[in-house]
Amino acid sequence: MRKSVRGIVGLLIFLCLWQLASQLKLIDPTFVPGPLQVAGRVGQLFGQAEFRVDFVATVLAWLIATLAATAIAVPLGLLLGSLPLLRNATSAVVDLLRPIPSVTLIPLVLTAFGDGAQIKIILATFASIWPILFNVIYGLREVDPLFVDTARAFRTSRLRTALAVRLPYVTPFALTGIRMSAAISLVVIVSTEFLSNSGIGFGSFVVINGEQSGDIPMVFGGVVVAGILGAAVNSMLQGVQNRWFSWVGKAA
Amino acid sequence: MFANSKLTAFVQRWLVFAIFVLVWQWAATATNNVVFPTPLAIIGRVQQLWLNGPPSRLFLGSGINTDVLPSVGRLAGGWAIASVIGIVLGIALGLVPVLADYASAVLAFMRAVPPVMLVPVFLVLFHIGTPMQLATIVFGSIWPVLLNSVDGARSVDPIKVDTARAYRIGRVRWIVSVVLPAASPKIFAGLRINLAFALILMVVSELVGSADGVGYQITNAEGTFDYRTMWAGIALVSVLGFVLNRLLVAVENRALAWHHSTRLLEG
Amino acid sequence: MLDVIEFSHTYGTGTKAHLAIDEVSFRVDAGEIVCVVGPSGCGKTTLLKSVAGLHRIDSGELRLRGKQIRGVPGDLAVVFQDYSRSLFPWLNVASNVEFPLRGTSLSRAQRRERAAEALAWVGLADVARKHPWQLSGGMQQRVAIARALAYRPALMLMDEPFASVDAQTRAELEDLVLRVRTEQDMTILLVTHDIDESVYLGDRVLVLSESPTTVVDTLKVDLPRERDQILTRASTEFVRLRSEVARQLRH
Repeated sequence: MRKSVRGIVGLLIFLCLWQLASQLKLIDPTFVPGPLQVAGRVGQLFGQAEFRVDFVATVLAWLIATLAATAIAVPLGLLLGSLPLLRNATSAVVDLLRPIPSVTLIPLVLTAFGDGAQIKIILATFASIWPILFNVIYGLREVDPLFVDTARAFRTSRLRTALAVRLPYVTPFALTGIRMSAAISLVVIVSTEFLSNSGIGFGSFVVINGEQSGDIPMVFGGVVVAGILGAAVNSMLQGVQNRWFSWVGKAA
Repeated sequence: MFANSKLTAFVQRWLVFAIFVLVWQWAATATNNVVFPTPLAIIGRVQQLWLNGPPSRLFLGSGINTDVLPSVGRLAGGWAIASVIGIVLGIALGLVPVLADYASAVLAFMRAVPPVMLVPVFLVLFHIGTPMQLATIVFGSIWPVLLNSVDGARSVDPIKVDTARAYRIGRVRWIVSVVLPAASPKIFAGLRINLAFALILMVVSELVGSADGVGYQITNAEGTFDYRTMWAGIALVSVLGFVLNRLLVAVENRALAWHHSTRLLEG
Repeated sequence: MLDVIEFSHTYGTGTKAHLAIDEVSFRVDAGEIVCVVGPSGCGKTTLLKSVAGLHRIDSGELRLRGKQIRGVPGDLAVVFQDYSRSLFPWLNVASNVEFPLRGTSLSRAQRRERAAEALAWVGLADVARKHPWQLSGGMQQRVAIARALAYRPALMLMDEPFASVDAQTRAELEDLVLRVRTEQDMTILLVTHDIDESVYLGDRVLVLSESPTTVVDTLKVDLPRERDQILTRASTEFVRLRSEVARQLRH
């Protein structure tokens, strides 16, 4: 059996067990609804136009945040990675900024910049810069010096070496970073919507119509949708990485 | 010569940090916005809240007990639980790749769920308090170390596998004395990431589900427009994250001294 | 000591099946060094691994001291080619040598003593507390040999053990193998691609063919037991034997 088939079988077994536990009242259905109930809810959700609009708004915000993070972190990473002096000098600042959870900044940013889609995009971008940044820096460090030496032996110019040797080598690392950052930015965006009551976005919808009205199955439905979305994106990016970068020996 | 360059690096780093703070101080004073107090003001508030004790206690005041200790306790507890479960489960799955395949879809889904969304569910299940926070921290931060442990256990050098088999090394000893050390570089990498996640989740879970701790302080301050306290809380989180990460790196360097040296030789 | 009777090995199944080894038979008597030479890819390592119990035996019979080999026998030790990956980098040299003994009924003190003894015998007593990556290639392989010795096997298997060391170190290690046989009363089955080495070390040389592998010839090495790197290799008998092996290989 291929791995993907096994995965699906595993998932089905899990769902069956869950349904069974729910029907046998092993878990309280008011707290944790069974999969069929949740699936029904999810179907209901997508039937509502308002939800669909919110869902698309979230996906858009997430795309923008991920692209922004990539656009900032890749050049920055290449810069810092190539200049060890700079990287070391900024390391204290970076190590102090990184642990700050973006969620704690939500009230701050809300007060400073007011409500709106910009905040969650800004926060998501801030939170998801780090995986790409660190992966690019790490990737540059890992370039096999043998490759570089070979290029130099053939008297390749610095620029060409950078483009033809270092860049292809760094790309799989960057892709892993982008994959991680996509996951993080989705989580941050949904979390921000969830916590800030902005009224726009999928997380917001779930909060207003689910959590605040005590509708746990709705929250569960939201959880499932978020999970499936995240997992789908991740596996798609993983597929791209495997297809185009299978030549990488020591994978990132 | 070597000590010299390490010292210069240290100085450079903190010099840049100092410049960063100075620029911040200047910018904050210039804009004079109550939402963005100056670093000096923030430090002042930090001192007021937590560093107002006697010198014998390292200046730590009683504020530490209500605000910092509970948070750190939950963080450490949650992180430890997540790490142990993650490593044990990860190695088990890594050693039986078929099982890992079956679990792959379920794990991929669970990993992608924003932990914040589960907070209401956990609130209902556990009510406000430490168990709910621990549940949030554990569920949200287990994934990096789990996945890395699976990867580490799966990629044990086949020559070591052959060696262990050729010398008839028993199953238990194989796992504890060979797989675990061989996978430890990847496991430690996962542990560092899951420490970062645990910190974030601790704060998040305290925002809604707690009556004490740093996160609670921050929300409380924000609600009463006490921006200095809010920023003091944020600064505290930042320092906490920095210190804990450094501690973990120190432990890792000690435990993985053999690995770093081998890599150096190869590189 | 070791009986290999009509041993065959097939890779893959169905249409992709490939007969790698075709009914190979030979014997190794107690106290002998038998060297196996053959072209690359002829399955020498597969043969060795099957004797070690690391591969399942589908066709033919392998017997160690009369007992059929099912799984890894307890009185056998292996020295692998890639010493740096076979030794455990997180343990120091003494712990590495002692490691296989942990599962046995020996006490801690006894294990330590055996390890120290083995290390001293291969001349590495003073690096006991160092780590493998701090040693040269030749020294690391000696640690691997010490590890095998401490295990006190009846038969020692060596899979191209000196392929990854320089010529000088190889000469030293070859002489070490000769000492192992004489002073430790060991039986050794050694796989190599080096013709000179096979004649220098062996009491008998087994020449294997290309895949599907069969035994082309078994040559008896009629050189005196006491071998010397320079004198023995210059002798007429040595030259004759190595040319014979080379000729057989070219088949």
